[in-house]
Amino acid sequence: MEESTYTFLLRLGDDSLILGQRLSEWCGHGPILEEDIAMTNIALDLIGQATNIYTYAAGLTPDFNDADALAFLRFEHQYLNAILVEQPNGNFADTLVRQFFFDAFRVPLFEHLQDSKDTSLAAIAEKSLKESRYHLKHSSEWVIRLGDGTELSHERAQLAVFDLWRYTQELFHMDTAEQKLLAQDIAPNLENLRGIWLETVETVMEKATLKLPTNQGFFGAGRLGRHSEHMGYILAQMQYMQRAYPGMEW
Amino acid sequence: METRTIEQLSENFQQKIDADIKIEPNDWMPDNYRKALIRQISQHAHSEIVGMLPEGNWITRAPSLRRKAVLLAKVQDEAGHGLYLYSATETLGISREETIDDLHEGKVKYSSIFNYPTLTWADMGAVGWLVDGAAIMNQVALCRTSYGPYARAMVKICKEESFHQRQGYEIMTSLMNGTEVQKAMAQDALNRFWWPALMMFGPSDAESKHTEQSMRWRIKRYTNDELRQSFVDATVPQAELIGLTIPDPKLRWNEERGHYDFGDIDWDEFWQVVGGNGPCNKERIEARVKAKEEGAWVREAALAFASKSKSRQN
Repeated sequence: MEESTYTFLLRLGDDSLILGQRLSEWCGHGPILEEDIAMTNIALDLIGQATNIYTYAAGLTPDFNDADALAFLRFEHQYLNAILVEQPNGNFADTLVRQFFFDAFRVPLFEHLQDSKDTSLAAIAEKSLKESRYHLKHSSEWVIRLGDGTELSHERAQLAVFDLWRYTQELFHMDTAEQKLLAQDIAPNLENLRGIWLETVETVMEKATLKLPTNQGFFGAGRLGRHSEHMGYILAQMQYMQRAYPGMEW
Repeated sequence: METRTIEQLSENFQQKIDADIKIEPNDWMPDNYRKALIRQISQHAHSEIVGMLPEGNWITRAPSLRRKAVLLAKVQDEAGHGLYLYSATETLGISREETIDDLHEGKVKYSSIFNYPTLTWADMGAVGWLVDGAAIMNQVALCRTSYGPYARAMVKICKEESFHQRQGYEIMTSLMNGTEVQKAMAQDALNRFWWPALMMFGPSDAESKHTEQSMRWRIKRYTNDELRQSFVDATVPQAELIGLTIPDPKLRWNEERGHYDFGDIDWDEFWQVVGGNGPCNKERIEARVKAKEEGAWVREAALAFASKSKSRQN
């Protein structure tokens, strides 16, 4: 059981960490000051979520001592985030559509997880849910604004939707870890979240005058530790200090 | 008739200043007072925004989750400070957009310290400790500045700045409690940032063209040299406490004055950096111009959407 929980926690925590890392690349370069603040705030929430999740996960493994070891000392194939969150920031529409697809998944996920039989996980979910609801509000509003803004913003938002759609299917993948946790009422059936997610996505797309692609997109294997070519560079930057100065306290 | 009225207004204005009554946006004020304020507050706002860049440079490489979160929070605070300050300039009749254009065209400056690169993690410590420490010296004094909106923005900002200064000092303390490599990293950061931090207070009183008038209007409450001295006096013991050496062979306590004496500042370097020839001037402005240009379509989209929504409601 612990092994499944550990795997599931890494999938959850790595999504938060890697997306938080990506968002923090925007800091100081946003299109308006208010968005610099908002994106930094969301990055901060995500890093906080990752910290809480890793702290719990570190207690379940003999291999890593604490949250920092999990965040900074794993090899690439040991990170289990979805490929969606490691995609480059691109333009503002790419970033916001990526965020929207993710937030629309995270909200129902945390809604279910707050009733988890695993009380530590439930507590983390309850706290994170409040944040994710705010993130979803923010990203939905922007997707609508960009989609129904100018011709150019519509075009960019539409391209982002077409480009990023392919990475969304992975979010609902039920692996053995999730199957086991489902049987114990610890985690929900991710396949069942797809409908809720799609409803949110379709509602926002309609308001944004944007279309969804008809294809399913490919199956990403980030959850199994097989990432896109972007991941190595994210880690090279993120782990730089820990790798260059091993074993030091900061 | 008109002249006498302006004279009376000026006299009333100075009386209010002398009585420490705050000047508010709708009050009459001399044109030059307004200009001086716009210059000072917008410089301050730009310093907050440009100042996000050297620290933003290390967010993705911060060495622990806690350090990453604290640095993110700090840089976010700076964006918030920029926002209050741009709002304060707007009360003086200049838009955020115009103020920012002035920065990009080089008409208005920002703190010269941000033209130095942040090369190691220890620079996050040095910047927080020294740069925010120097900023606090200025800003605590500005909480009593004569223009109401500026003074009130400062009160809010000062609370957050003291947290920034502490987190910077805490980074330095951790490094000085660490390995030899970490200690050397901390000392190197202090060596590079010490003199630029002293320069942050601006030219010496004898050279400062704005000080006298600004003091009379109580925009400034202390001179550049007074603030610089307070900073040195406060910072030297902090350095000694954790085993850092201030890179100034002339630094010594002067019993008679009750202050530290310190060496000569390289004003040539200061004017070079202010004049655009610092190590990162070009990169800093380019980054800001790029953010503005690349974000134009986003701002246009937001405006277009807002006006569509409004017309749908009607």
